Amino acid sequence: MAQHKKPKVAVWKFASCDGCQLSLLDCEDELLAVAGEIQIANFLEASRAVVNGPYDVSLVEGSITTPHDIVRIQQVRKQSKYLITIGACATAGGIQALRNFKNVKDYITAVYAHPEYIETLALSTPIAANVEVDFELRGCPINKYQLIEVICALLNNRKPNIPKYSVCLECKQNGNVCVMVAQGVSCLGPVTQAGCGALCPAYNRGCFGCFGPKETPNTISLSNRFSDLGMKKDDIIRIYRTYNAFAEPFRKESEAYER
Amino acid sequence: MKDKTSKKAKTDEISATIKVDALARIEGEAAFTVKIKDSKVIDAKLRVFEPPRFFEAFLRGRRYHEAPDITSRICGICPIAYQMSSIHAMESAFAVKVSPQIRELRRLFYCGEWIESHALHIFMLHAPDFLGYEDTIQLAKDHPDVVKMALDIKKLGNDIVKLLGAREIHPLSACVGGFYKVPTKKALQPLIERLRWAIEASVKTVKFTSQLTFPDLEKDYEFVSLRHPNEYPLCEGRIVSSKGLDIAVSEYEDYFEEEHVKQSTSLHSFIKGRGEYLVGPLARFNLNFDKLTPRAQAEAKAVGLMPPCKNNFKSIIVRAVELLYACEEALRIIEGYEMPEPSRVEVHPIGTIGHGATEAPRGILYHRYTLDERGTIRSAKIVPPTSQNQKIIEKDLTDFVSKNLTLPKEKLGWQCEQLIRNYDPCISCSCHFLKLNVEEQ
Repeated sequence: MAQHKKPKVAVWKFASCDGCQLSLLDCEDELLAVAGEIQIANFLEASRAVVNGPYDVSLVEGSITTPHDIVRIQQVRKQSKYLITIGACATAGGIQALRNFKNVKDYITAVYAHPEYIETLALSTPIAANVEVDFELRGCPINKYQLIEVICALLNNRKPNIPKYSVCLECKQNGNVCVMVAQGVSCLGPVTQAGCGALCPAYNRGCFGCFGPKETPNTISLSNRFSDLGMKKDDIIRIYRTYNAFAEPFRKESEAYER
Repeated sequence: MKDKTSKKAKTDEISATIKVDALARIEGEAAFTVKIKDSKVIDAKLRVFEPPRFFEAFLRGRRYHEAPDITSRICGICPIAYQMSSIHAMESAFAVKVSPQIRELRRLFYCGEWIESHALHIFMLHAPDFLGYEDTIQLAKDHPDVVKMALDIKKLGNDIVKLLGAREIHPLSACVGGFYKVPTKKALQPLIERLRWAIEASVKTVKFTSQLTFPDLEKDYEFVSLRHPNEYPLCEGRIVSSKGLDIAVSEYEDYFEEEHVKQSTSLHSFIKGRGEYLVGPLARFNLNFDKLTPRAQAEAKAVGLMPPCKNNFKSIIVRAVELLYACEEALRIIEGYEMPEPSRVEVHPIGTIGHGATEAPRGILYHRYTLDERGTIRSAKIVPPTSQNQKIIEKDLTDFVSKNLTLPKEKLGWQCEQLIRNYDPCISCSCHFLKLNVEEQ
């Protein structure tokens, strides 16, 4: 591929743990090959060299939590042909969206001695709540092979092949024994989107929802099952309130148990 | 990266502001500003733009067993450090005793994180500064073998984490009481040959890093790290310092304090009545040299690295020595591995306070939880290594710029960045952390 034709890819960070962009550096076997096909134009975690926009692809990590970041994401959008969110923070607001269920002022005073120094919004919101997004990649963290698939799909003008079915399907494909049926362990697998490879049941624990709600999840039915297993109301609220707490199906289900 | 630098002649005095608005090759968002007036540094600030995420606040009301998974989300670079510090805090609270086999497996898990994190920092984040490259991709064009070796070492660290924890980032097997699942002896065997290779690669890394050119900044730091009677510190030990501190982890808050400063969403730590201190590889090395393996000691000596090393630019060599140590330690554990049975012990919550401190790749990570009798978290305090190093980084910037006022500003700015990267700062960790500015007066 000729040098000047290499697509320009930028990586942007908002409120997050850096783990999803680290996935790119964790592609040890693929990193140099990927770097050969694209021009990494802005990736502060990896390089001090910055190429100005516009960009062909922007990978956005993190949620929007400050007034300044609202402006920044709008600038990113303007400069980007494709805007892809990577991970639960960018796609659902992340674990920091737990503030959305509380009064953020109480949170600030709990952590900081001088609340007046802190500038933050009442809500932690996903990128799509602020600007148009072209594709949302799920996960806390994302699956690096799904990231490579999305980048390859964009470079070849095709739709990314990212399944929207539940973790249960992957779990069955792996031949795991169902932890909920066999051991009575609470598991979010039936309502969670696949992508991780159904890791938790293979490790003797229930899914805790890293990839967020699947398409058309039946959370009501699952919660009823949780109650049968002996989970109390606050246990059910907490199981939906982690990394994808503000994704609508999980949010609504947890709120239903708050009443 | 924007680098606004300027120099204004006022007779022979130098007045300038060195400023970098978005520091690269660190984990998170930060900037720095150094203000120079009449040839004196009047201010050096490390500003943290990382938006606050309020972990300590939303941990309230969660159950004790959720803390390892939740706190690992503070940092994608060192999730195991968060898992281990929270697990040790909970186990100290509930007086949980784990088997020696589980203890060993935790060290192996942590070695995986050290190997991954140190390889990443040495080759991808720090070495480009010493060699004048913007990033590791550029470095790879001139030194493909070095970068290939780096990626292979890093991958080995990740594979250890993945084998034990199912995935590299936010692994999911560790829990209060042990592991949800442990590997078989057979599953670990393929790592043996790779670790033997990595030990030799680490020795090459020690030699490679020792041949770099180090800016001169020797300082009388107060080094703080864990110290354990029998081993190089990872998960356990007392907190000791080069100026005589020797306390139990539970006494941490009697001696260390945090303050909230205006330029930062990260809290700055200091030792009560004394001030700033340094945590991380240099501190661990200086305070625990005798606990390194004979080979790691010998390789350090061979390149002229002996405690006390007081130039933190040389932390890149120390990381290489620790990389060697972590590979040797991982190999030792795997060769003597017996599968823990059961993989985890039962935990019975009581209402109490638990403290935990472990050695993250960047230094001490302290957790404290107040718990009720159901094991629900009533309050949480987390002090990451980068908050602890923030004051000393600002002090280093002041001292370094003061000594190097005549350097061209572009070079000085870059060396300031390099200095900050000596600390492998993790802005996401300090939640809260970094940006460089040198401002004109």
